[in-house]
Amino acid sequence: MIITQQFCTFFLGDQLFGIAVEQVQEVIQHQDITRVPLVPDVIRGLINLRGQIVMAVDLRRRLRVGEQPQGTSLINVVVRTKEGPVSLLVDSIGDVVEVDEKTAEMPPHTLDADIRILIAGVHKLDQGLMHVLDTERACESLERAEA
Amino acid sequence: MSDDEAIVREFLIESYENLDRLDQDLVVLEKDPTNRDTLASIFRTIHTIKGTSGFLAFNQLEAVTHAGESLLSRLRDGLLPLTAEVTTALLAMVDAVREMLKSIDASGKEGERDDHDLISNLARLLEPQAVRPPSEAVPPKTEPAADASAQPVPNLGDILIKRGAAKVSEVHAAVEQQNAGGPRHVGEILVEKGTVKSRDIVEALNAQQQARGQNASDSTIRVDVGQLDRLMNRVGELVLLRNQIVQYTNSTEDSELLVTSQRLNLLTTELQEGVMKTRMQPIGNIWSKFPRTVRDVALGCGKQVRIEMEGKETELDKTIIEAIKDPLTHLVRNAVDHGIEPPEVRRGLGKNPEGLLFLRAFHEGGQVNIEVTDDGAGLDYETLRNKAIQKALITADQAARMTEREITNLIFLPGFSTADKVTNVSGRGVGMDVVKTNIEKIGGTVDVQSKLGNGSTVRMKIPLTLAIIPALIVTTAGDRYAIPQVSLLELVRLEGEQARKGLELVNGAPVHRLRGKLLPLVYLKHELKVETSEQVAGDPKIESQSVNIVVLRADDRAFGLIVDEINDTEEIVVKPLGKQLKSINTYAGATIMGDGKVALILDVLGLAQRANVLCDMRDQEAGEKEEGRQSIAVADTNQRKPMLLFQCGQTGRMAIDLALVARLEEFPRDAIEVAGDQEAVQYRGQIMPLVRVSHVLDSECRIVSENGQEALHVVVYADKGRRVGLVVDRILDIVEESFVVQLETGRRGVLGSAVIQKRVTEILDVPGLLLAAQPGEASVGAQT
Repeated sequence: MIITQQFCTFFLGDQLFGIAVEQVQEVIQHQDITRVPLVPDVIRGLINLRGQIVMAVDLRRRLRVGEQPQGTSLINVVVRTKEGPVSLLVDSIGDVVEVDEKTAEMPPHTLDADIRILIAGVHKLDQGLMHVLDTERACESLERAEA
Repeated sequence: MSDDEAIVREFLIESYENLDRLDQDLVVLEKDPTNRDTLASIFRTIHTIKGTSGFLAFNQLEAVTHAGESLLSRLRDGLLPLTAEVTTALLAMVDAVREMLKSIDASGKEGERDDHDLISNLARLLEPQAVRPPSEAVPPKTEPAADASAQPVPNLGDILIKRGAAKVSEVHAAVEQQNAGGPRHVGEILVEKGTVKSRDIVEALNAQQQARGQNASDSTIRVDVGQLDRLMNRVGELVLLRNQIVQYTNSTEDSELLVTSQRLNLLTTELQEGVMKTRMQPIGNIWSKFPRTVRDVALGCGKQVRIEMEGKETELDKTIIEAIKDPLTHLVRNAVDHGIEPPEVRRGLGKNPEGLLFLRAFHEGGQVNIEVTDDGAGLDYETLRNKAIQKALITADQAARMTEREITNLIFLPGFSTADKVTNVSGRGVGMDVVKTNIEKIGGTVDVQSKLGNGSTVRMKIPLTLAIIPALIVTTAGDRYAIPQVSLLELVRLEGEQARKGLELVNGAPVHRLRGKLLPLVYLKHELKVETSEQVAGDPKIESQSVNIVVLRADDRAFGLIVDEINDTEEIVVKPLGKQLKSINTYAGATIMGDGKVALILDVLGLAQRANVLCDMRDQEAGEKEEGRQSIAVADTNQRKPMLLFQCGQTGRMAIDLALVARLEEFPRDAIEVAGDQEAVQYRGQIMPLVRVSHVLDSECRIVSENGQEALHVVVYADKGRRVGLVVDRILDIVEESFVVQLETGRRGVLGSAVIQKRVTEILDVPGLLLAAQPGEASVGAQT
């Protein structure tokens, strides 16, 4: 039996990432972000999500895939975490894909350890490799992420 | 939730409420053992719990309440006198019941308990009358639960007749007329006929209303707090939306839209107030537990204490009520255990052997003041001082220089306790500091006033609510920040010339002279590290034309926060920050502004700590009481001004601003006279006190041999018509050169040091010196 799972995919540069659909609360267009001084730059700031204040995490900085080109607007992927919703800033949104759980492989050990723990697995899709993001980990211990 | 669970839940909620009342009732009863109403009420409560627990098969609970009920029925029937022992046993029963209820609440079971001792104790107390075993002691015929609630509300006519305001026949006629279908009420008919004065009717109506009030439970419902919180959040969002709409409509010409938005504005405000009110609870809700607390503590330490309350109905937000519950309980226990003396001591002092604990709450300036006053021993400054030194919280040196107020505040230091013995109530040295932290956490303040022998008062100022607060909105580096209004003292704007001159540096640290006092300044953009590149330099003088200073108070210490722009004050809805951002104590939360954007709320205390404004504790007090003190001009750096240099004991070279010096004099030693413990000389027809500078500054060399016949060198210092002679060892020189003062706050009486004539010279702070020189002034209060 094939156990399939649906992923919401998005891009950081040309890298493809996926988040299990049930973890995604919503995807919204660019929002005004209020910066929060003194916090690690991984935290881009706060957005107003219909009256709720939500922290926005710069996923590029979190995963160290380089800065956005100037002038591009970011998309908020709002994910549910234990600490409430958190917005992950990504370049663009891809399709929702359905994959066989078994095809996933662990990321190679050559990846930096602190980044590696954020990647729950890699799916080999036709259009490339999809990195499955561990959203819980991506949104926590951001203090350390700076160091 | 199944039906059974629902019933149990209902039972628990009801029983908790009843138990709280029971505590009060029992304490009232002890004071007035003959109060039959109270006894009946207690009996009813226990009877109800017993009945329901039997029905729900909580056997242990039933057994305990049964034993208690038996005892109560004896008391009610007057077969047993109410003694302290009986009361204690009954209170123990209440505690046992409460524990079981808690256990039922948590696990659905009564829990493994052994209440044999309690039950047999309750049974034993029945003994003096010893006839029937407790199981038969309950007269089943008593079902008094009905008697209070079943009382019908009296008719208006009956009340009038009873009061003699109307005759029976007149009332009957009027009632008939009303029953016949007239649109008017009895009261109106009577007034119209001229038989009864309208004032009598109003009084009678009030009486009727009161009788109805007994059935208040009919007009209230229980609401889940979570539900209220959600409602509150929605209203918070509505407020934000309202702000956006109002902002938008202000930029349009559409008059109809304007009117509509104004109505929306008004309605939202009313709705907000209404919802806030539902969360308000009278402080009496927590106070009601204190008579019991006081009784237990007083009994435990052999004291007699009466508790009085004023302003029970003062309302506070539920979350705040929760937050102040523990600190208040601690203060009450503390007052009984530490404050109020044992009866024999009180008698010896000519006081009423029964101590008084007075709780007072009232609204003032948008805040609630809560006071806990006792008429006990008060704080003994000497003891406090010694205790603090003994516990190495302060040095002897510091202690000698502290004022009464500072000493009083020592009790808020962690690890401080003045109780000679550690009791199980208090004296473990955890407490007052926790009280202070907890109160400050919710934006309140604590203050102690005390008079030795006359008791002390702890005063707390608490905000009404935490959810929506007035705040000042400021802009810095393009971002808006909200500053809670409670911390705001004033706003200062310096323009043009003032902006350049108003900011001065004390060895690089910016200050502003605010009414003659130096106000330390903090640049918000520096603290938040958000300055844009051209502003990095940090030299305030090159910056923009005007300077905006927000004067804030943190922990009793004032400082100025420099921001780019001061916008407006607004009611903001406080929203908490996520866990990831909570570790930064610079922010108290965030809010959503009228335009829908997020703004951070600054935590003034955290910001002050970050900027090191608070690092020196002593200094803050100094600033406070030196109101009107002459500003020490030496803070003007890089200015040339004449200074008088002198030699002073081991302290070495010192300097004083020559402008402060009236004259230099020499007195022969035998001209010194002693008035009290104060040395003085006669000078120009006045008595001029002398202060030996070296004695004050160097506590080690207090004993100085008065050898030699050489004259005393005295610097005459004049301030507001009062002259003081500063005795120095030798006058050195008068110089005029520029120097930089390094502020040094370690010693009272010394402003700092500077390099003058290429040598390190201390700059004298005369007002500070005089304060330090007059310990007599500080101890006046303690001796009264």
